[in-house]
Formats: sequence, C-alpha cells, structure tokens
Amino acid sequence: MGDILTPDQQDDAPATTAKAGSDATAKTVTINRPRQEIYEFWRNFSNLAQVMDNVVAIETLDDRRSHWTVKAPGGSTVEWTSLVTEDRPGELIAWISEEGADVPNSGRIEFRDAPGGRGTWVTATILYDPPAGIIGKVIAKMFQREPHIQARRDLRRLKQLMETGEIATAARTKAQHEEEQN
Amino acid sequence: MRALTWHGKHDVRVDTVDDPEIINPRDAIIKITSTAICGSDLHLYDGYIPTMQKGDILGHEFMGEVVEVGAKSSLQKGQRVVVPFTISCGGCFHCEKHQYSACENGLPGENQEIAQTLYGHPMAGLFGYSHMTGGYAGGQAEYVRVPFSDVGPIVIPDGVDDDKVLFLSDILPTGWMAAENADIEPGDTVAVWGCGPVGLFAVQSAFLMGAERVIAIDHFPRRLELARCFGAETINYEESKTYDALMEMTGGIGPDACIDSVGMEAHGLFADNVIDQIKVSTFMGTDRAHSIRQAIIACRKGGRVSMPAVYGGFVDKFPLGAFMQKGLTLKTGQTHVQHYMPALLNAIMDDKIDTTFLISHRLPLEQAAEGYRMFHDKQNEVTKIVLKPGMDQAQPA
Repeated sequence: MGDILTPDQQDDAPATTAKAGSDATAKTVTINRPRQEIYEFWRNFSNLAQVMDNVVAIETLDDRRSHWTVKAPGGSTVEWTSLVTEDRPGELIAWISEEGADVPNSGRIEFRDAPGGRGTWVTATILYDPPAGIIGKVIAKMFQREPHIQARRDLRRLKQLMETGEIATAARTKAQHEEEQN
Repeated sequence: MRALTWHGKHDVRVDTVDDPEIINPRDAIIKITSTAICGSDLHLYDGYIPTMQKGDILGHEFMGEVVEVGAKSSLQKGQRVVVPFTISCGGCFHCEKHQYSACENGLPGENQEIAQTLYGHPMAGLFGYSHMTGGYAGGQAEYVRVPFSDVGPIVIPDGVDDDKVLFLSDILPTGWMAAENADIEPGDTVAVWGCGPVGLFAVQSAFLMGAERVIAIDHFPRRLELARCFGAETINYEESKTYDALMEMTGGIGPDACIDSVGMEAHGLFADNVIDQIKVSTFMGTDRAHSIRQAIIACRKGGRVSMPAVYGGFVDKFPLGAFMQKGLTLKTGQTHVQHYMPALLNAIMDDKIDTTFLISHRLPLEQAAEGYRMFHDKQNEVTKIVLKPGMDQAQPA
C-alpha cells in the first residue's frame, strides 16, 4: 500500500488476482490470534494434517525436512519430502519439495499483523508442478482444478482451529464424522 | 431417535435415525422438550431453498435438557436451555462485535463456498436449514447435537414453562432486532408488513421502544386481530389499498419506519408479484418481494426501513430510485440471537413481553408432518405449532 509500483504493475492489487491469470495460488485469511502463535502452530508441520483436507500424514524428519503423504485420485497417495528454504519466526516460512517428489511443489506462508488490531493476515502461496502423462493429468486436476478453493478451505480450517479450538463439522454421529475425514 | 426429515417439496416425514453424538469438545447433546415450526421452515417445505438433501432433519427453534457435554462445554447435565438458531463460535471478529449471525467459523469449511459465491462471504451456521447454512441437523427431533454450546444456549431458571421461553431461539429476538433496526424514536409511527410471529413480536417491541403508533398489515383476520390486541392499528390489504391507507392514516407523511417481516413468500396477486412468481418458477429470479418494494414506496422521506424477512437470492425491480431520492436507510440481517437472549429472557421473567399468546397448536413430534401441512394450509387459524417429543400421542392440545 502506497509503495512505488514496478514498471509492469498497474495497480496495488496482488499479482495473483490478475485478470490475465497467475501461476501461483495465493489466499489470505484474517485470523483473530497473534501471529507468533499461528507461526508456531504452522512451524510444527505435523499439526497441519488436522487442517489440510487432502493430507494423510506429515512426518517431521528433522528441523527443516518433513515427509508429506497426500491423497490422490483412485484411493492412491502421492508423497514428497519438503525442505524449509526460509524461516523467519513470526513472519514467514518458505519450502520446496526435494528431488524425487511425486508432485513437485513449492510455497510460502506469510504472517502479518492485520490492521486495526484484528489479529493476523495469513497468506499462503503454493505452486504445483504436476508430472506429465495420464497420471500427471489426473493429479493436476486434483491439485489445480480449483486450487484456490482448496487453499481457502484449508486456511479456513486453520482459522477455525486457531480461533475456536476445533474444526466445525455438521456430522451428527462419530461414524459420519469419520467418513467425512476419509 | 425419531426426527422430522425432509424428502422433497411438501414431503416431510418422521423417521428413525441414528442418535447424535458428541464430536467436538465444545459440543453438547440436548434432549428436546419443545420445538416449533417456523414460518421460514415453510420455505423449505415449499422447496424454495436450494441445497436441501433428502433425509435432512429440520427445525431451528428448540429447547430442552442437557444430557451430554463435551470436555469444553460450559453446560452441565440436567440444565434446561434454549438454543439460538444461529451457530456461532464466540471467538471471531464478528462474534466479538456481537454480530453472531455473521460468525466466520460456524460453517464447516466445505459448506462455506456456496455462500461465498452467492453472497460474497460465508455466514454463521444455522440448524436444520439446508447445506448452504452448514447442513447441521435440526431440532425437530428427540435429540440434537449443539456445537459451540458454551456460546449459544441460554440456561433457563427452574419453574419457567417451556412455552414462555421457547421463542428466545429465533422469532422473539428476530422481532426485537427488527424493531431495533428501525431506530424507533418517541412519537414515531411504525408500519409492520406481515403479522406472523416475527411481525407480532416486532409490534410489541416497537411499542416498548417508544413508538406512538404501530400499523400492522396482513390479510389473515386472525393475525390482524392479534396485532390489534397489542395496540396496533391494522390494514387488511385484501380490503384496503395499503399505500393509500398508510398515507391517509399518517396525514400524507408516511410511516417513519417500515418493517418488512414477510419476505420471500409474499402472498397476494400484485402485478409485480405475479411476474416474480413466473420468474421463480422458471429460475430467472429467486425472491418474490412485493412487501419490501411497498415498504420503500410508503416510507416517509428520510425514514427507516428494517427487513427481518428472509431473502435468499436476487430480486429485480427494486425501487432504487425511491430509496435514493427519499434518502432512506435500510437495515437488515439474520438475527444476532445470542446478543439479545439474556435481556429478552429478563423481559419475559418481568412479564414485559408475552410470547405464549402465539401458540395455537401443541402436537407430539410423531404428528410433525401433519403439523407442517396444517401450518401451510391454514395460516389464519394456525399461528404457531409447537412439537413436544415427550407428549402423549393420544392427547394433542
């Protein structure tokens, strides 16, 4: 806001909202909690399986590496090891998948103070690079058909967990709840 | 358990379904003792609300006894509670501002997209009112799972009859907020379109807030009679021309504040209404909206329009010119029930507000489908049906 525009920029709107489209998916959600608290929750990557719809498991390998198992079409899964490339406590975490990932991807999550004391703006930017071929196409469909909606849903679940201590569900019985999560 | 389930237009049935269970730590399970059929349930019954699924349990006006609590519920087993129809978390920006119906966390993540697309933002969850509002099972049942039970339900003191407090769940706060949104000033004349429960509570509320006169508009004689009991003057729009009558009854000034408590299913064969009906049946528009148009045209210059009535989608021929030229203010919204419950409970306990006059029929839950039929077909005689799951089937009152 109020920054000098770069030569290819026409306005202050984020590049991810360009009418011409954008390679990256970025979504911002406001969470009514301090940014350090949200950063710490996210930095413990194994926590994220709770809020990310498609994630089966996240195993922490060491301080910078975590192994992700994610649902894929037809009941299969895809896996990759994610490496933290930048880590600024309370502000930013960036990652890239290591060599050999089923679905190469990279991204960053940023935490900024929301104006007016409304908590934290959390912005997730994710880039997927699905493999070629038939399987690649199916995976691409899954990850990229409406990746902004998936990102928004995941961020909403993060918001629910941080603001209310639980993730909203309309399930009436435990069996229904279990079914929804699989 | 037994529950009233939706199967399609004019097809609701009492079925046996699985009992609800505690899922999240802030949940509670309530054993229903009284649950009402709301006028807005008729929108579901008539098939106007999208995203309904066969088997959905209806009902968003209910109360009962706490029988099970999650680890983080503030309720205790055995307490009697009235449950607000809005499912709100209490911790988000909007809940902190007491805008509970705008809660950001009441809807499951996967249900938020529909409202995001239709309205620009997701709203609070609602009990028993389609999947767009969360897909939560409603309270026209023996038991219900209540999420965020530490924020919503209000505990009722012992010895207070269900019938006196049941309407804290929706229609009493809705009628109150409708009057509050009309920013009533002493000396005001307030016109209320629709003398259903919300309209009748708006009449009572408007007087409590200092209105000098209230003019109630409907076409059911029984409902107009009830409005008259609370001191309102009345217009039967089948007998009189509403706009002309309002002008004559206000010396040409028009009502200072207008409250539309009719909403999507405006009755009456007015020209614009007929066009709306054709459009609704051909999916060209979703809301029939004669009453809000008339409220805007009749309202005095610089006046206030309050719209508690439920509108779901788009409407055309909105008199935007009259709205702008006369400098009107319009306030509306789903009710922030949790905000109003404590003060209204006190008003009931102090006998300042009467709610029991409304109940025309009490039925056992097993006769719920019959109740819907009656409410739909006989809106003159049937002002409010309360279902009592524990009631002896042989003895409906």
